[in-house]
Amino acid sequence: MKADATLDCIGLYCPMPIYHTANKLKELEMGQVLEILADDEGIKEDMPAWCRTTGNELLGIEEEAGKYKAYVKKSN
Amino acid sequence: MAAKERVTLVVFSGELDKALAAFNIAIGAASMGMEVSMFFTFWGLNVIKRNEGGIKSKGIMRRMLNFMNRGGSKRLHLSRFRMLGMGTWMMKQLMKDVNFPQLEELMAMAKGMGVKFIACTTSMGMMGISKEAFIPEVDSFAGVATYLADAKEGKVNLFI
Repeated sequence: MKADATLDCIGLYCPMPIYHTANKLKELEMGQVLEILADDEGIKEDMPAWCRTTGNELLGIEEEAGKYKAYVKKSN
Repeated sequence: MAAKERVTLVVFSGELDKALAAFNIAIGAASMGMEVSMFFTFWGLNVIKRNEGGIKSKGIMRRMLNFMNRGGSKRLHLSRFRMLGMGTWMMKQLMKDVNFPQLEELMAMAKGMGVKFIACTTSMGMMGISKEAFIPEVDSFAGVATYLADAKEGKVNLFI
């Protein structure tokens, strides 16, 4: 999936990935997509929850060998 | 945009593990766009006491209490496996090992996200702790009415 920016949260545990996502997304324009790299499994549930609450769109989460790539479209 | 959802946390405990949990939730909530107030009361005041210098208070009992209960983020211990400080040290090492921020860093992050720190004036008066004993990040000194007015509008209210 194509992204406008990437945020590396490898090695970070909750709540750091959503903390950094919230801050990074402020730098993006409406409609741009942020790719978040993470290896804490919690992100599979946390990123959808974060998006539901903040009104941003989760385009998808890809999983490969214990690593996750989440794609969030800035919509709020 | 609708008014921000409110979260209130009462931090009653002065233990490192409980303070970590409180700040985790505060940072998470602030990251989700919520407005967060943390009310520090009783032993919880230890979390927001400054680490440097002494704490002045009047009367032998209060002086004794503040000597034994000095507080400050760097002096907090675990609620279990304290082991004369060994357990606390080990837990801090484990946090470093997984790149988890130390309490002071979490507090700075929370502050940076606009989390409000409120110190309970009743506990302060009873224990003989003055405003000077606290870190400058404390936003206000207030009582239960302030907490309840916030909590009444809160969607998430926790007592830690």
